[in-house]
Amino acid sequence: MLTFIVRRLLWTVLVMFVITVVVFIIFFKTPGVDPARAIAGRSPNPQTLAEIRAQLGLNRPFPIEYGIMMKKLFITRDLVSYSNQGVRVVQEIFAATPATLSLVFGAAVLWVVLAIAVGIAAALLKGTIFDPLLMVVALIGVSAPVFWVGQLANMISQGGLHGTFLFSWVPPLGYTPFTQSPALWFKGLVLPWITLSLLYIGFYGRVLRANLIETQNEDFIRTARAKGLTERRVLMRHNVRTSMITFVSLFGLDFGALVAGGALLTEVVFGIHGVGFLTYQALTNLDLPTIMATTVYGAFFIVLVNALVDIGYAWLDPRVRPT
Amino acid sequence: MTAETLLEVRDLKVSFRTEDGLIQAVDGVSLSLSEGETLGIVGESGSGKSVTMMSVMRLINDPNAHFEGEVVYKGRDLMKLTRDQMRKIRGSGIAMIFQDPMTSLNPVYRIGWQIAEQIQAHEQISKRAARARAVELLTAVGIPHAAERVDNYPHQFSGGMRQRVMIAMAISCNPDILIADEPTTALDVTIQAQILSLIRKLKNDFGTAVVLITHDMGVVADLADKIAVMYAGRIVEQGDRRDVFYDAQHPYTWGLLGSIARLDRPKPRRLSTIPGLPPSLLRLPPGCAFGDRCAHRFDRCDERPALLAKVGDGHLDACHLDIEKKKELRETTIHPELIEEAK
Amino acid sequence: MATLLEQVEVDTELRPAIAGRNPWALAARRLWRNRIAMASLVLFLLIVVLCLAAPLYAHDVAHVNPFVPNLNGHTVVGGKVVPVMQRGGGALRLGETPIGPTWDLSHYFLGGDSTGRDVAALLLYGGRSSLLIGIGSAVLCSIAATVVALIAGFFGGTTDALLSRLMDVIWAFPVYLLAISISTELLTHTSGIQIGPLNVSATSLWVPTVIIAFIYVPYVYRPVRGQVLSVVNKEFVEAAISQGASNLRLIFSEILPNVVSTVIVLLPLMIATTILTEAALSFLSIGVQPPNVSWGTIIQDGTDLVYSRPWVTIAPGLMILLTVLSLNVLGDGVRDALDPRAKLRVEG
Repeated sequence: MLTFIVRRLLWTVLVMFVITVVVFIIFFKTPGVDPARAIAGRSPNPQTLAEIRAQLGLNRPFPIEYGIMMKKLFITRDLVSYSNQGVRVVQEIFAATPATLSLVFGAAVLWVVLAIAVGIAAALLKGTIFDPLLMVVALIGVSAPVFWVGQLANMISQGGLHGTFLFSWVPPLGYTPFTQSPALWFKGLVLPWITLSLLYIGFYGRVLRANLIETQNEDFIRTARAKGLTERRVLMRHNVRTSMITFVSLFGLDFGALVAGGALLTEVVFGIHGVGFLTYQALTNLDLPTIMATTVYGAFFIVLVNALVDIGYAWLDPRVRPT
Repeated sequence: MTAETLLEVRDLKVSFRTEDGLIQAVDGVSLSLSEGETLGIVGESGSGKSVTMMSVMRLINDPNAHFEGEVVYKGRDLMKLTRDQMRKIRGSGIAMIFQDPMTSLNPVYRIGWQIAEQIQAHEQISKRAARARAVELLTAVGIPHAAERVDNYPHQFSGGMRQRVMIAMAISCNPDILIADEPTTALDVTIQAQILSLIRKLKNDFGTAVVLITHDMGVVADLADKIAVMYAGRIVEQGDRRDVFYDAQHPYTWGLLGSIARLDRPKPRRLSTIPGLPPSLLRLPPGCAFGDRCAHRFDRCDERPALLAKVGDGHLDACHLDIEKKKELRETTIHPELIEEAK
Repeated sequence: MATLLEQVEVDTELRPAIAGRNPWALAARRLWRNRIAMASLVLFLLIVVLCLAAPLYAHDVAHVNPFVPNLNGHTVVGGKVVPVMQRGGGALRLGETPIGPTWDLSHYFLGGDSTGRDVAALLLYGGRSSLLIGIGSAVLCSIAATVVALIAGFFGGTTDALLSRLMDVIWAFPVYLLAISISTELLTHTSGIQIGPLNVSATSLWVPTVIIAFIYVPYVYRPVRGQVLSVVNKEFVEAAISQGASNLRLIFSEILPNVVSTVIVLLPLMIATTILTEAALSFLSIGVQPPNVSWGTIIQDGTDLVYSRPWVTIAPGLMILLTVLSLNVLGDGVRDALDPRAKLRVEG
């Protein structure tokens, strides 16, 4: 098992390296674009441009440029965003992370619990009207663009119905750190949690249901029944347990992608200043350093989570473990 | 003194509704099994042998399935029991092992755990005691180093070993009846022999009644006390082992016997086969189901033959041919090359 | 999101349920019988036709040019002539709010947007863009991924290893971040992108199409390659090789037909995913660029009017929902139709 983990992590490092190179090429080596100009943002003066060129070594050979950028990103962490009043990019990302983590963790808890409930319910109720009904609801969750759902949520809770008891507790858009006020932190996150999880409840509910139904026909389920186990035990200990393998590995991937900035749509719509929001702002300002930094850190996080998922998968499914 | 009848299947009929029509998988099967007896059910794929025994265990959950008839186990009709009552019988009164040991065991749990799970489902014993029993059982079925291997996962065993594990699990609660559905089909020939002798040993040690389902006459030649030959959902011949092998009364049985390579006879140039294919269970012919493939079909065969004892008590067959005629035809069907040689 | 595609376990070997009948015909028959899938197909086609009819609607029914701001325009509501931009909007009642839905097909059916344009007409034009990009990128992606998968699976060895690693790298990028990076980068080329002799305008719909097709290639590549590998090992391929068939012939006449079913199962889901991706990118203003509109851009435009004129937000979202929903249901139906395992097994 240990060699497996080590090998997996080494591979991860290699992939991360390739990602940084690719990102670097996208942003610095696209033909026809002057990176200094692009980095300087809107209306740069010659002095800024010269400063940028010097700082980032843009006139030096490729490997050195690359090296300097990597150093600024990871080691000295003093990559600066010119279009954003010289703010230190990496620090900004770290500062925005708690908001994103709060959003994604909360939504994840909600969606995992509900998806499991929905998936099991639908599989058990197969043959009745409730199964297709649940699946349609799940499909709607999957088919609605998440940012649109967020807009609708705001429309309802901040707009006309804000005065009613149903929504008067909803604070204005934005994120309140937990350390500042746990109550506000919670209240401000309820609707974003629901919005973000809607999509995933639908998706994971369907995945689980499909897996459960498929596993029903497996031989070992037949054996479990032949052993005289109760239906409930057959379902939970044998069926769900094996179906969760796919569920968990997919979950890991989605979770990683969300924290890495995939939640950006939700953050933007609800005004939560997380990593995704940061990326979005950088977009609208064409703030290249920030976009690059968020992309790289985001990709890193995902690759790391992928590796963890692989390792977790091996723990869940003994057949995958190297003997 | 006759042993007690443990299981009696009376006129069992099983059908499935599909989008293409009604499939009659089992068409009026009656069997009986006494304590300590071994019954071999022989037939090709689609003959209904598995469906029959799966129905006895009530393991068929298909909402499109329809059952008729009675299955009496120790005086109770299993068809009429509640789900929970049936559940108690499964695994402890009647146990079943299946064809493919690779997929029949849950891959994510250790085998010791899986065996203990069955024991604990039926008996009130501690985890530790159940685990100890599991080790004993593994030893009894011939798994070396049982104390260590009890913590292994199924994929860490070879096919033959896995089937032994399945058997250990099945007998863990001392069932009255063990149903083995093609237990050796997925295994090598040498391993086959080992598994069969294991079954024989356990049968003798514990006095378990065994139902052995197979398509291979050779498999039942050694183990079975009684044999039932099935074709297209019906029993076409039934009787003691000796009777069925040496005094077979049904042309299908002749075909099956003829296709076995035998060491005690001259080597044939070719093993004989039964020409044609089994009928579609959607459209069974009104007369004898084997009629289309039978070399000796005559006009009476348009009428479905009843399963009757004609040559002796306990030896039944479903064929209209007259007993004397059968003796003549039998040798030519089973060993046509002998006739060739004689010429 | 992207994992929507990963979830599709494609195990489509076209085993005929009844020996001798064409598996495609059987699948088509099964799909035809699936009424819900057929209904959703009809819904999808309806939406497509409706959006294709955008110019017809704009010109002949509503009599507007939806791309031109209409701040000083007027329209008819209940027989009376009213200005499109109405005074008295906003908190201080000093701003201007566009007219709300009139529910009159020929006069600002869904109201106006913040520059006075007819939302209903925009909706249909937006649909054209969204559908064009959605379907176009899905098809492009499928073709590209299939070609790469065929090469990788057929030639195996280092070719396969190299191509698969390449796919892994693309796959490692979070889909949205990759799309965002590339889009942003390309958008800085305001004067267009030079690819050899071609000059592609930065506002061309091809830009988001190609980008979206690109980022999803690994998701189609994986299952298709898996299918190619399983087919390559089959006996009939060996038989063809022993008959002296050339590589190209092998790929096209033996392997490709067996792999096509995998792609077909994926296609509706892919289109659903690409439509959602395009909507998100457009919402963020890095997808479809003005003067073009798409459902995503309309939702973005509607952000300022979310409380006063909710329909500008609701309508395009609803269209996306219905389109994607119908594709998802259809996708399920196609998968069921091509998967013979769905029917019961009767063991002997």
